[in-house]
Amino acid sequence: MALSRNISVSEASRPKLPRHTRLKFDETRQVWVILAPERVLAPDEIAVEVLHLCDGVRSVAEMADQLAVKYAAPREAILTDVVAMLQDLADKGFLTEAREKTP
Amino acid sequence: MSDLLADGKTAGAAPSDGLAVLESQRSTAETFGIPLAVLAELTHRCPLQCPYCSNPIELDRGGSELTTDEWKKVLSELAEIGVLQIHFSGGEPTARKDLVELVQHATDVGLYSNLITSAVLLTREKLSALADAGLCHVQISFQGNEPIVADRVAGLRNAHEKKIEAAKWTRELDLPLTVNAVMHRQNLHQLADIIQMAVDLDADRLEVANVQYYGWALKNRAALMPTIEQIEETSRIVEEAAVRLKGILAIDYVVPDYYALRPKKCMGGWGRQFFNISPAGKVLPCHAAESITGLEFESVRSNHSIAWIWQNSEAFNRYRGTGWMKEPCKSCEFREIDFGGCRCQAFALTGDAGNTDPACTLSPMHEQIFKQAELEAAAHQDRFLYRNFAGGTLETEGEHGA
Repeated sequence: MALSRNISVSEASRPKLPRHTRLKFDETRQVWVILAPERVLAPDEIAVEVLHLCDGVRSVAEMADQLAVKYAAPREAILTDVVAMLQDLADKGFLTEAREKTP
Repeated sequence: MSDLLADGKTAGAAPSDGLAVLESQRSTAETFGIPLAVLAELTHRCPLQCPYCSNPIELDRGGSELTTDEWKKVLSELAEIGVLQIHFSGGEPTARKDLVELVQHATDVGLYSNLITSAVLLTREKLSALADAGLCHVQISFQGNEPIVADRVAGLRNAHEKKIEAAKWTRELDLPLTVNAVMHRQNLHQLADIIQMAVDLDADRLEVANVQYYGWALKNRAALMPTIEQIEETSRIVEEAAVRLKGILAIDYVVPDYYALRPKKCMGGWGRQFFNISPAGKVLPCHAAESITGLEFESVRSNHSIAWIWQNSEAFNRYRGTGWMKEPCKSCEFREIDFGGCRCQAFALTGDAGNTDPACTLSPMHEQIFKQAELEAAAHQDRFLYRNFAGGTLETEGEHGA
């Protein structure tokens, strides 16, 4: 049981928001928020864009490809940023990995 | 459960703490924004009789509770004015027959819902129905790590066993679990085992909450007050476990303010980021606020909107910000850090909610109260006064409230 519940984010990861974490646009404050147990976070614009790509199907490598094209920016730099951001979210428990097999 | 409900306790780099971001957009002179999370105390009815219950001594009777339709209207209104999370609490929220309907309504209006429960009334079917209705998170209170201590504190036979079972169902249904452990002199020796229990139950979070002494807990202070040696040991155990269990179990620790130097920033400051709604519909700055006599609290049954009550009512404005402060708070460099501590504790211990919380070393009452706490902790008067609608029942030999 005492296994770390956190994932290590790599190019091959296919992250998604866990069931209990919701990404939502807060109409009152006009900001995107992440809702989690006892927590409300305000991700910045870039984080929101990346989080929308986290569907449990798309890999981190594919996200980097997509963003590199969209922003006409070097893929390596984007990949580094995306992995760092997703790892930060994963460490806080707001990101999980799509399971390979059904539990 | 006390100011643990304040949001964004851990400030992160990016993405940042939601509250800090939202607060930074306005100065304290401006209108206070609607809280991100609200505590809905659906009922004061509860099968447990914990001697430190955070409910007021004067409990709301079942007959005065808001109806299903009234709660639904409240939930819709909260979502509309910008509340994001709803904590269903009590008393025991599962004692309400309409809980699934209320959770479903919260989901329908876009609220993230938490269930704060003793879990003894739950069945697997009921929990499953709550999950299907969109419940996002379950918090279960534990009184110890084994039945002898735990059932005695709860004043209910077999309570511990039922809680363990419900915690397992929670994880089987893939709901995130928080274990809430309220700690005091008579269960602090179990802390290390409680931490291991939370790990074994696959909880995501553990709240180690030292009893806060007002209401029922103040009546039971002599039976609950820890010794200073226990507190030192507690801090050591929590710090060690927090490092060892990083990535496995997040631990939130509420220190007992009697042994602190600075008072706690209670509720994040009065009327700054939190309100709760009592079973009868009163909108309160804190769940213990009704213990302060002389304050009038507005109800959701009044002609006022919840937003109006939050922004304009006398009770919320009385101790907001720093303008109400007397010395030593008034000129204190920490006045905007702790906002003078807890108003309810100041009232309970000094008779005036406008005084400095005696938990602060700068309070003229601090020394006296600290000494008293030390004496009480050393006296080993262990008998509980159980919480109930009759104003409390003293524990008897062999009949531990059960």
